[in-house]
Amino acid sequence: MQEKPILNLERISKSFGGHRVLDEVNFDLRPGEVHALLGENGAGKSTLIKILSGALKPDGGGMFISGEEYRPESPLDGRRRGMAVIYQERTVAPHLSVEENIMLGQEMAKFGLVDRKAGREKIRQVLKFLCHPEIAPEIPVRNLSVSARQVVEIARALVSQARILVMDEPTSSLSREDTGRLFEIIRKLRQEGVGIIYVSHFLEEVLEIADRFTVLRDGRVVGQGLVSGTSVDELIQLMIGRRLSDLYPRRPRQSGEIILRSQSVLSSRMAQPISLEVRRGEILGVAGLVGAGRTEFLRALFGLDRLEKGLLVVSGREFKPFHPSISIQAGLGFLSEDRQTEGLALRMSLADNLTLSRLHSYRRHRLFNSRLQRKVVSEWIDRFSIKARSPEQKVWTLSGGNQQKVALARLLHQSAEVFLLDEPTKGIDVMSKAQIYELIDRLAAENKAVIFVSSYFPELLGVADRIAVFHRGKLVEVRPVSGWTEAALMRAAITGKTGDESVEENRVEPPQA
Amino acid sequence: MNHRKLSLRKLTGLTGPFIGLILVILIFSLMPEISGRFLSPANIKNVATQSVIVALCALGMTLIIVSGGIDLSAASNLALSCVLVAYAINKGIPPLLAALVGIAAGGTIGFLNGFLITRLRMVPFIVTLGMMGIARGLAKWIANNQKIDAPLSWLNDLMLRSPKPSWLLVSPGIWMMLLFSLVMAILLRKTVFGRHAQAVGSNELTARLCGVRTDRVKVLVYTISGLLCGLAGVMEFSRLTVGDPTVAIGLELDIIAAVVIGGGSLSGGEGSVLGTLVGVFIMSFLRNGCTMMGWPNYFQEIIIGIIIITAVTLDRLRHRQE
Repeated sequence: MQEKPILNLERISKSFGGHRVLDEVNFDLRPGEVHALLGENGAGKSTLIKILSGALKPDGGGMFISGEEYRPESPLDGRRRGMAVIYQERTVAPHLSVEENIMLGQEMAKFGLVDRKAGREKIRQVLKFLCHPEIAPEIPVRNLSVSARQVVEIARALVSQARILVMDEPTSSLSREDTGRLFEIIRKLRQEGVGIIYVSHFLEEVLEIADRFTVLRDGRVVGQGLVSGTSVDELIQLMIGRRLSDLYPRRPRQSGEIILRSQSVLSSRMAQPISLEVRRGEILGVAGLVGAGRTEFLRALFGLDRLEKGLLVVSGREFKPFHPSISIQAGLGFLSEDRQTEGLALRMSLADNLTLSRLHSYRRHRLFNSRLQRKVVSEWIDRFSIKARSPEQKVWTLSGGNQQKVALARLLHQSAEVFLLDEPTKGIDVMSKAQIYELIDRLAAENKAVIFVSSYFPELLGVADRIAVFHRGKLVEVRPVSGWTEAALMRAAITGKTGDESVEENRVEPPQA
Repeated sequence: MNHRKLSLRKLTGLTGPFIGLILVILIFSLMPEISGRFLSPANIKNVATQSVIVALCALGMTLIIVSGGIDLSAASNLALSCVLVAYAINKGIPPLLAALVGIAAGGTIGFLNGFLITRLRMVPFIVTLGMMGIARGLAKWIANNQKIDAPLSWLNDLMLRSPKPSWLLVSPGIWMMLLFSLVMAILLRKTVFGRHAQAVGSNELTARLCGVRTDRVKVLVYTISGLLCGLAGVMEFSRLTVGDPTVAIGLELDIIAAVVIGGGSLSGGEGSVLGTLVGVFIMSFLRNGCTMMGWPNYFQEIIIGIIIITAVTLDRLRHRQE
């Protein structure tokens, strides 16, 4: 590992309108190294990635690839110099085939014509190298799973002979299995001498895959070192700049009467009818792998998918959830796992997004009173400490954590009593996560009920009172949190069996801090 | 850099279409050949009267485009209404009832559009493309493929340049255009329904998630727009004094152009009544000015084409900066 760095950043600075986003950042990457770039949202990671890719130009400082000055004029220019960026939001064209996506912009030509045969052969080799020979070059990308699409993007980078690979939150939409497979690929790339800059919020994964880390805070490097000598707690502390005394708060609370009972609810997208109940003042965690049917269950409760069977009893009232409007009236609130395309209307204002599910309350003399709306929304912005300039600001300009707060605030604004939260902490920064745990805890303390779906089991163990595990569309088991360990949850989620031996094996208290 | 961005945004916001309109008016009023006549009250009245029919349809189209849809059947719908009014008057039905028949027919076509779009889960482009042919065909069928003459009635006074009771100052058609613009602006900005329509256009999934009855909103949007097309058909009959099934062929594109020039986005969620009216007037003044200058028709078409592309380009620039 004492090789000469493949990439050097020296005192890179960047300001936007007087605000210093990057302040003399030094960074280096050696060939065959995975270097984790960490920091909260707004710490300057995205800006740094954009500068690396060539999409932005630094105000000061220099970049060097293998000792030669690197001054990309555009992302295309950057790619020619061996820099490939794989962004969080996938950049593959769903209608094109795997081959066309990979070769896009780098078609191999022979006598001025696209030489498909040469291209296809190369793609086969690369996909084989990436341990995914089953991805055929001809199939349209829309038929591929999320993880396979990511493989296509990595293949694209390899075909273009990239020596430096920047991966921005590569696992945020992957299941655990797919994450494991991605790590295999990363290890192979490392052996080939590719330098990888790995940006992620999942610190456990960083500890597993990265060699070194650099932590950014407010545009400055606040920590750099070997991953082997650090811990999640230390990294979090560096990221947020203070001691994280209690990530999972637990206020004293008491479960009251049953507020929601699902009776054999079955929607068109569910494999089996599910019956579950949740009490007032209770947080019910729902664990499982991606695709285990947890999302489908929540969507059925909320009336988003076509209901085939069953009914709901909420606060003693029976109804069939045929449309979200019915569920909202009954006191349910649903947070979509897909914030970007479903949860929020990104091009609408913060105010409209926050109040959309209860616009009627702003009607005065049959007309909509937008001044009243702005006033109320300003109060919600303060109450949720949403970082925004005004209620009129478009939602897509907010950071992921602040967007999620808007989506959550909407549920409180519509006076929900039962909160159906699907992956509420997905892809957001640690500070916002802590605020969301705090909020969920407060909801339970205020005698509301929460169903909390998550693929990140430590947070379920930290927050929930009971945890239900789903496996391939079936409810495996529900137990109080004290009856679960992370290993037991994982076993139940993967195998669908609970075998009590798993509990006896290594029974530990749920993490409190 | 920062300063330039700011001014560009101002230039292309709601004021963008206004600047376009002022430019068009300025250019023609400076042309020596027509400078005296172009801004005369008589000519302005003339332009306004010519704008009424497109404006009424464009108001409905604004609502549709804001909600993320499109209506290619607007002009055929107008023609069907125009023919039906003449047909009804010919059958001895009183003019007021005849006008209501035309408006109701427009509303029915609009309702069918909305119903098919929501029930069959088909894209509005296809459904209304089909309806464009159906309505036009019906109009021709009812009119036996020729113009229907109808006895003159007070309906034919609605579009006169010098209104019958002279205290009205301008034709009843212009008053109607202004009234419905106000109503539509209130509907769009100041009612929960209008807000819901905008949410559906901006992101239908989110709207549904928030309990908005998206199907109901869409059906209502298309029905309202259809009613306005029906009313435009009555105005067309008033102007022509006959029911002509081949009237307004291709007008749907002018209607859509007016909305787009006024800041409407074909991907939904954006558009305003004021912008649309400005878009309508840009096109009317251009037509009028070109005609007065004696410039050939194709000249107008080229200019309007350029304006549409410029308007949308400026709009996209503005969005990129936000």
